[in-house]
Amino acid sequence: MAVAGLFLMLFLVFHLATNLLMLAGDGGKAFANAVRFLTENPAVKAMEYILFAGFLVHIALGVILQVHNYRSRPVRYHKRLQTETSQFSRYMIHTGVIILVFLVIHLLNFFFIRLGWVALPDHAESRHDFFSMAVVLFQNPWYSLIYIVSFVFLGFHLKHAFQSAFQSLGLNHTRYTPAIKVIGTIYALAISIGFSLIPLYFLFIY
Amino acid sequence: MDFKLKIWRQKNAQAKGSFRTYPVSDVSPEMSFLEMIDYLNKQIIESGGEPITFEQDCREGICGSCGLYINGRPHGPMRRTTTCELHMREFSDGETIVIEPWRSKAFPVIKDLVVDRSSFERVMHAGGFISVDTGSAAEANSLPVSKHNSDKAFDAAACIGCGACVAACKNSSAVLFAAAKIAQYALIPQGKAEAKERVDRMVKQMDTEGFGYCSNTYGCEFDCPKGISVDFIALMNREFFSSKLCKQIPGKYTRKV
Repeated sequence: MAVAGLFLMLFLVFHLATNLLMLAGDGGKAFANAVRFLTENPAVKAMEYILFAGFLVHIALGVILQVHNYRSRPVRYHKRLQTETSQFSRYMIHTGVIILVFLVIHLLNFFFIRLGWVALPDHAESRHDFFSMAVVLFQNPWYSLIYIVSFVFLGFHLKHAFQSAFQSLGLNHTRYTPAIKVIGTIYALAISIGFSLIPLYFLFIY
Repeated sequence: MDFKLKIWRQKNAQAKGSFRTYPVSDVSPEMSFLEMIDYLNKQIIESGGEPITFEQDCREGICGSCGLYINGRPHGPMRRTTTCELHMREFSDGETIVIEPWRSKAFPVIKDLVVDRSSFERVMHAGGFISVDTGSAAEANSLPVSKHNSDKAFDAAACIGCGACVAACKNSSAVLFAAAKIAQYALIPQGKAEAKERVDRMVKQMDTEGFGYCSNTYGCEFDCPKGISVDFIALMNREFFSSKLCKQIPGKYTRKV
């Protein structure tokens, strides 16, 4: 869970860095170059399979964990637990499901077009023309809203996930653990805000 | 002080229980929570009813038997306090207090508010011991222990095995209990000999008993009456990985000569 999660968190950083090139203001040239590099690079191709496996492992373990934990308390409490714990940590499966639904929408919008599983929209020049796809998609306020709401929930998920992964791996330190918690919060905010900038840019500025 | 108590009543392990509401009046604010139930039980007995069964022993916060789930909190609203050390002055006059037993697959209800916590015993049997020679105590200086480690081991050993961590966990996981018991041996030289088998066996037993998996919500630490830190869970995880990654089974995988 923790290892797959940390791997996915690393992927998000690369994904965000590439996507932010769309905001360069050069009509998507820098972004198109990055996409070309990534789609033609065999190492990246190999990584796509590992990434896919990472998602599957993380989702499968998450479901197993949740089912087992639910069955560990067959009779629920009458009065809800009042224990003061982080709100984010209690709703990991819920935010996880929202992220999964978003992931399916997102793959239908972009990745599956590249694979040829979904028909190429008229406005796109080629299967790799993600910039034109993004322009048309995000100028629809409903799509932009779905994306931004999903990123907010992704932020909630990551807020707990970052420090939790270190704890699960036994990496706990009197001095560094508080720092990990701060870094985790900054990371969750950066990912959530960073990805939200893209639909906002196409909706209001582009 | 007057209260309305909503208490879980269950005849035996097989019976289907339900809540019953009891009004109690003239409760002294100085009474402990258990004394308040004693006081109610006296009235129930005098009126010919079946008294409320609850577990208790030392009534000074060290035996770990008095766990009750009070108003949505294991051991009630006070932090670092067992039910027996909780006083009625912590509640407001006229309040409705909901009292439930611990809820977990591994802690089945025996009667009313009493649960069977022998699953904790079995986790201990699996590895919560050290092999030492009996007889007179060894010369103290022959086993050097750092002050830091002995203090930490002592913090872990403060666990009274009450089960509040399981009751407070949204997953009903016993990881804080197991971690405290593993850490109290792992930190001192006496525990080193069996360290690897210990963590392996205790974790396996914990899963067999039907406790949930840890998702690092840290509700256990918040409601632990002895303030056991979740740092010990990280320590247990380290011990676990080291036992898995550096397994030495005698006679297995040995090169043929």
